[in-house]
Amino acid sequence: MREVAVAGVGMTKFGVSEKTNVDMFAEAGLEAIQNSSIEPGDIDALFFGNCLGDFEEGQMHMAPFAHSVIGLPMSSPATRFEGACATATVAIRHAALLVGAGVYDVVLAGGTERTTIMDTPMATRTFAMGCHAQYESPTGLTFPGVFGMAAHMYSSKYDIPLKKLKKHMAEVSVKNHFHGAKNPKAHFPKEITVEKVLSGPMIADPLQLLDCCPFSDGSAAVVIASADKIKSMTDKPVFIVGTGQASAGPLNFQQDLTIVKTRMTSIKHAYKEAGIGPKDIDLCELHDCFTIAEILAIEALGFYEFGEGYDAATKGETRLGGKGVTINPSGGLKAKGHPIGATGAAQVVEIVEQLRGEAGDRQVDGAKIGVVDTLGGDFGTICNIILRRG
Amino acid sequence: MPADFTFQQYQQELTDGRLTATVCGKCETYTTPPQAVCRNCGGTDTKITEIVKKGTIRTFTVIRVGPEGTQPPYIVALVETQDGPWVMGNLLVTDPGKIGPEIIGKEVEISSQVVKGDIYAIENLNVLTFSLV
Ligand SMILES: [Zn+2]
Repeated sequence: MREVAVAGVGMTKFGVSEKTNVDMFAEAGLEAIQNSSIEPGDIDALFFGNCLGDFEEGQMHMAPFAHSVIGLPMSSPATRFEGACATATVAIRHAALLVGAGVYDVVLAGGTERTTIMDTPMATRTFAMGCHAQYESPTGLTFPGVFGMAAHMYSSKYDIPLKKLKKHMAEVSVKNHFHGAKNPKAHFPKEITVEKVLSGPMIADPLQLLDCCPFSDGSAAVVIASADKIKSMTDKPVFIVGTGQASAGPLNFQQDLTIVKTRMTSIKHAYKEAGIGPKDIDLCELHDCFTIAEILAIEALGFYEFGEGYDAATKGETRLGGKGVTINPSGGLKAKGHPIGATGAAQVVEIVEQLRGEAGDRQVDGAKIGVVDTLGGDFGTICNIILRRG
Repeated sequence: MPADFTFQQYQQELTDGRLTATVCGKCETYTTPPQAVCRNCGGTDTKITEIVKKGTIRTFTVIRVGPEGTQPPYIVALVETQDGPWVMGNLLVTDPGKIGPEIIGKEVEISSQVVKGDIYAIENLNVLTFSLV
């Protein structure tokens, strides 16, 4: 495999947008192309992520329209990827694999999503399509419900009283909003308090409103290029040094929801490819769709032992300037927002800007190696990308 | 699952009051709902059988904000059956909004009920239901 790097990045502000899915992608995609000092005609292929366009806009087959709107050459094919919330990470991973394999030299990869056009019941219903349509969805299971079950299991398994665990979970939300307040592209760039989290309406026991990330609109994209091409594109290349991806079936077959085996499988592959381990990581953008999800992730990624990650945010270890791995300096899904088809690309954008030293007030000092962790569905897809400063 | 057993037959068995599983000819593990291969060893030498409709609640949530077409609050739970496999379903209680973590570890009996399809998933499907013993 050839060496592969990110040449440039682009991202819309996350939040509520009037723009269509394709128009948001045009904004992010052109920014990534300009950031790479190339023209649309230099792109060899588009790896395009979108989950719910069929429901948001009645738009299947969005990839060629996203291709057309930014004037990519007809000979540069556009392909849609779908891996629920991990969609864009899977698209970027496959872009890196095919550039690494020498099939393409320069690929645009990313995603777009316009969830807020749907009302909450419709969005909740269509998001739940990421669960198993025969065994899970007919129970009325929702994504907050999946992670509510995980939180109850965590409390029960490690014998941590639910009230105590919930306070530590709230600290995850507070920490990510502290970071998000420093991110001008965040959906909710404002600080919150533990009291506010614990006084919100219950969504799916034991998760309250501010344990949950929002429905957001937005798009993000990156240009992936081979190492020999990158020299003319940027003087701050960020190398993709390892990736991983894993898959699993419905929750009844996964059983222990506190140990995310798909994540352990995926990250093991990525660490091995990069020749590093969790101790080498400076920062991580991970899938905090719910507060408990961040706790599960920092354990399965190897930053904490199982059953010991729950108070990392409370102790300030995962906060900017903390003694541990800085987790979600962008504000995470919680504060930055979660346009599901774009989320993974936005995570890569954040790590790239951090490793280039361009993250402003939320810069992680001396960041050299960062990891992206994205979860799709009810733990059925995990995708990881490890990036290193060039 | 064995080539001659379909999801529709699994559904019909539920309607008739039976919870079916595959049993593996190699490692004797039960798999339910029946799948193409044994969940434990991946073996294809499996036979359809019936398992005991009793189990223990391993975790749960109370859905307070549901998808369109649902009527919260209601409870979704994961239950470990007596024969080993875990299943997902709805715990039926008179006041779902008042249930807390004390139900984890409680014994349940397993039955099923029909949930009507919607505009996205048009089939009416049997889903498992649990009642506290
Ligand atoms: Zn077997």
